[in-house]
Amino acid sequence: MQTHAKKLLVIIAEAALEKPLIRDARQFGAHGYTITEVRGGGERGDREAQWEADRSIEMKVIVDSAVAERLANHVLEAYAPHYAVTLFTNDVGVFRAEKF
Amino acid sequence: MTDAVVLFFVLGVVARLAKSDLRLPEALYETLSIFLLLAIGLKGGVELAKQPIASVLPPAIAAIFLGATIPLLLYPVLRGLGRLAVVDAASIAAHYGSVSVVTFAVAVSLLAQRGIASEPHMPLLVALMEAPGIVVGIVLARVLGRPASGPRSPLRWGPLVHEVLFGKSVLLLLGGLVIGAVAGPQALSPIEPLFFGLFKGVLALFLLEMGLVVGARLGDIRRAGAFLVAFGLGAPLVLGLLGAIVGHLTGLSLGGTALMATLAASASYIAAPTAMRIAVPEASPALSIGVVLGVTFPFNITFGIPLYLQYARWLGS
Repeated sequence: MQTHAKKLLVIIAEAALEKPLIRDARQFGAHGYTITEVRGGGERGDREAQWEADRSIEMKVIVDSAVAERLANHVLEAYAPHYAVTLFTNDVGVFRAEKF
Repeated sequence: MTDAVVLFFVLGVVARLAKSDLRLPEALYETLSIFLLLAIGLKGGVELAKQPIASVLPPAIAAIFLGATIPLLLYPVLRGLGRLAVVDAASIAAHYGSVSVVTFAVAVSLLAQRGIASEPHMPLLVALMEAPGIVVGIVLARVLGRPASGPRSPLRWGPLVHEVLFGKSVLLLLGGLVIGAVAGPQALSPIEPLFFGLFKGVLALFLLEMGLVVGARLGDIRRAGAFLVAFGLGAPLVLGLLGAIVGHLTGLSLGGTALMATLAASASYIAAPTAMRIAVPEASPALSIGVVLGVTFPFNITFGIPLYLQYARWLGS
């Protein structure tokens, strides 16, 4: 079965950023997104999801590489200086190109 | 006489410090907090329906005013004595201007244990005091703080106001008050065993979880330094007295005055951190949460609340 090349952009961030990130993803041209609650630790300390201000999310968006780049740049510029943010991309193949 | 629920908090702290694998599921934490907010609201609502509005207004207005004033009192102390950055001073001040519902619940539990009555509209004051301090703190940070580089991005007040007013604390407290007032005691009697009968047990479980949370933040205190520890102990002592005086002047009973003192002395660790994170991202959450959860919250529920009751007694006699 034929697949189409897309970028998977994964953004792991403080849960406070959930609404702004969804808004940004839509604005930059993502057709959809998936969010899960996660916990972990990094240079800004551990985030154990024990109570409201301690929650983290992982957001996945599958988009064209140009959109992934613009969105990633925006996230790095707008949020990374002051929030716990990790992001990375991966090449993925999707079956229905028009969905993304 | 120690309130048993406080011992559950201590157990949580000990478990965390001993690196126990004890962990309450996040869904349970969420459920317990929804329960507590609704139970406090419902209890107040049932009684509130019988109150003349004239007796509610003075303390309600005073509560809003108190919540907005506290950050203005604390900010110069944090800046001048603590030498904190503008955004950190404003953020911490906002946390103290807002309130902690769990601290209020522990105070309610202590009053019930000692058989001291309080005004039924106190839960309304909790809801009213949630937002003003946060708004004042944000304005302080935005007006007095300078961004490190470039122009400051405009603040989107809409989502922020929505976050605070329709966040679960205010929504469930006010929702419970309205349901209690509209339904009345008879209609509520079938759900009474759940919300009123189990209140203290649920509070105990919730405080066990809070103990785990606080135990995990104790490391932040060491980083926060001596000034913030002193601030975290001193601020509630002074603010509690201020709250007691305001409660007394607005004609609250002994129990009501003690609760007003507790509200003034308490610091938010749910609504304020979330709002400040959105509105003032430059402020360090480790500092504000470290002092609020690591110092003030444990102090209030162990030594603070009995002392605020004592404040109320002194003013009343």
